[in-house]
Amino acid sequence: MDGVAQLQKQLVDFTDSLFQEGFLDEQFNQLQQLQDESNPDFVVEVVSLFFEDSERLLNELAKALEQKTIDFRKVDAHVHQFKGSSSSIGAQRVQKVCIAFRNYCEEQNIEGVKPWHRCLKCLQQVKLEYSLVKNKLETLFKIEKQLIAAGGSIPT
Amino acid sequence: MERNVFVSRRRIDGFDVLPSDSAEAHVLAVDDSLVDRKVIEQLLKISSFKVTAVDSGRRALQFLGLDEEKSSSVGFDGLKVDLIITDYCMPGMTGYELLKKIKESSNFREIPVVIMSSENVIARIDRCLEEGAEDFFVKPVKLSDVKRLKDYMMREVRFGTANSGGTNKRKLQESCDPTSSEPSISSLSSSSSDSPSRSPISPSSASSSIPTPLDSPVRRLKMTNTGGLI
Repeated sequence: MDGVAQLQKQLVDFTDSLFQEGFLDEQFNQLQQLQDESNPDFVVEVVSLFFEDSERLLNELAKALEQKTIDFRKVDAHVHQFKGSSSSIGAQRVQKVCIAFRNYCEEQNIEGVKPWHRCLKCLQQVKLEYSLVKNKLETLFKIEKQLIAAGGSIPT
Repeated sequence: MERNVFVSRRRIDGFDVLPSDSAEAHVLAVDDSLVDRKVIEQLLKISSFKVTAVDSGRRALQFLGLDEEKSSSVGFDGLKVDLIITDYCMPGMTGYELLKKIKESSNFREIPVVIMSSENVIARIDRCLEEGAEDFFVKPVKLSDVKRLKDYMMREVRFGTANSGGTNKRKLQESCDPTSSEPSISSLSSSSSDSPSRSPISPSSASSSIPTPLDSPVRRLKMTNTGGLI
């Protein structure tokens, strides 16, 4: 039983750290509460959809910012979507950089930095935060899988 | 907690539908976001609702048989919709436009409509409530929000009228503190203390003697900080 107890502790500690470091917020807890016997993989499924959706949005954003004439409304629409989906799964840091993205790009008074430059910088930040949380969540799911494979159950 | 018994789905013209012979209420959920559709679907299922989730206002109207372009002879009578919950910001038809179309329809105006939005803009919420929405959920939608949906349906059943949103609207108007809001929401601090002229449907918000319930939309607004008020 040592192995199971150890994995459970690892899972709890890791999950706690994700919340403490702001990667995840309360909404992620909400999702976990929605998981039950008839939908045992709900969290993994939603998060997988989030990954797919995010990659699509990041591609669209990169494309939009490569255009000769940037359509800022389109850029804003994509970021708005990204903000929404990250908020829905509790990816707090991603949500925050999306909010900053929209504010920064809309800000008219920043001297010397062209809007599209700002947007590129923001995009880099969003990409970074996204890859961080993706990594964290994949690790989380891996530990869960190991725990279940070892015969343990996920502590609620 | 009640659980849905797993039932097999049928596909009709591209919609996933559930058989309507169960006693559970049927909710039509509308959201263009894949992630949000998945979440709202699960929130509803866990709360013992049957769910049909579509990705646009247009599809919602088609499902109801209201779409002008497609012939409404496609009979969806066996799939009575008891409540519609829709995202506000959607490409093409917004949730607000969908709400209007439903309230303009003689067949479907009785169906309670709830709006969801990530932006907690008072003016937007006002508009939706004035147009006849029962409630306005700020995203991300929580289980406690979805549990409230039963109230709208039960009121429908008990009183048999469409004016069940009156109470909520009254609470929202009375509890909204103008001093904590942006200047653009001047309609709430209207000089006329009698009936607010901007709100033809709901009863006049005279005194503010009713305290804000903990889970009312306004309280959620004040506590939520998704980008702030405009």
